[in-house]
Amino acid sequence: MLEIIKIALSALVEGVMNMGFNEALMILIGGLLIFLAIRYGFEPLLLIPIGFGAILVNLPMTGLMEPGGLLRVIYDAGIVTELFPCLVFIGIGAMADFTPIFVNPKILLLSAAGQFGIFLTVILALLLGFSKVDACAIGIIGACDGPTAIYFSSQYAPGLIGAISVAAYSYMSLVPLIQPPVMRMLTTKKERMINMGVSKISVRPVVKILFPIIVTIFVSLLAPKGAPLIGMLMLGNFLRECGVVARLSSTAQNELANIVTLLLGISIGATMSGDTFVRLITLKVFALGLVAIILDTACGVLLGKLMCFLSGGKINPLIGAAGISAFPMSARCVQKVGQQENPQNFLLMHAVSVNTGGQVGSIMAAAIMISIIIKLGLV
Amino acid sequence: MENLEFGLSLALVGMGGTLVGLYILGLISSLLLKIFPVKNQPANKDKK
Repeated sequence: MLEIIKIALSALVEGVMNMGFNEALMILIGGLLIFLAIRYGFEPLLLIPIGFGAILVNLPMTGLMEPGGLLRVIYDAGIVTELFPCLVFIGIGAMADFTPIFVNPKILLLSAAGQFGIFLTVILALLLGFSKVDACAIGIIGACDGPTAIYFSSQYAPGLIGAISVAAYSYMSLVPLIQPPVMRMLTTKKERMINMGVSKISVRPVVKILFPIIVTIFVSLLAPKGAPLIGMLMLGNFLRECGVVARLSSTAQNELANIVTLLLGISIGATMSGDTFVRLITLKVFALGLVAIILDTACGVLLGKLMCFLSGGKINPLIGAAGISAFPMSARCVQKVGQQENPQNFLLMHAVSVNTGGQVGSIMAAAIMISIIIKLGLV
Repeated sequence: MENLEFGLSLALVGMGGTLVGLYILGLISSLLLKIFPVKNQPANKDKK
């Protein structure tokens, strides 16, 4: 009997005895993500499940991420199969209004420049010794597009998925802190004060209906491997704009988006186990992700300066900073920085236009990257 | 060296492809607006 009690007691303390430093550290990091989400409102919809998932997966002896474990089942079902990022895009598409793109289609070029940092960061990552495919996955953090970063890393750099997705979502929420200094550094006071006027655009419903279909066909022809991403984004938008499936549109915007976001967050948290996350490489990924967003912002603003020059001072270069996919945080940053110089300046609509283009641009950039690495036989 | 060559080529094609892609998308958007212009509302609709 004494022997049985001894075994039973040892079973009770087994979890505590197997708790290592890395696991304890990751539980603290999970707690930190939850704290940031609750206290400061940093992407709570994602950081809460990610943080909780990180705590769960680092509890010893639970077997949650072992074959057949609960988190492993969710991860295999939604991340390995690419299902969750694609389903999230249906929700994003259903919530997105692409009308601002029609305000001034020419400034979509700024949305392209907002993706340049992705490619420049790939070069930096390669110089730091990352493999070609890992470097591409890290570069995509710069797009500030969580689902695309997860989609890419889950397929081509699964070892980095935890670091990349946490970096992507963390930096998305930190856009209001990261972008303004870069914007101010690269522009003069005179440029920041440029008033672009107020733009209002009316678009006929038929244009809004045709737009997602045309974009899907065009982007899929340009970079076929991006079809799942752009296809789901535009499907969601089509549900919204076609006007005859209000129930599906509502489901995509609410129930579907919420359920998938929850499962996606837990799955990402589940990749943050101490043995794979507490490494120098994670810090490098975070540093390069930050560089990517800074470069994206800089490239957008610099092209904005060029367009300002070519247009005879009609375009405020600040709106170039909104070319990333962080919607609408980036556009709000532009508005705020512009109004600090000139309270009468309303850049929001123009910035939203570039920001909306950035949502399509980030997928396009990722799709082009995937097509290239597949064509080169790297994956 | 091979890695750098890859990075530069990817940057060139990727940035060029994204730029051209979004430029064409801009052209398509403009074209859609021209094909389906917003109809002007009659100014004195309620006037009897």
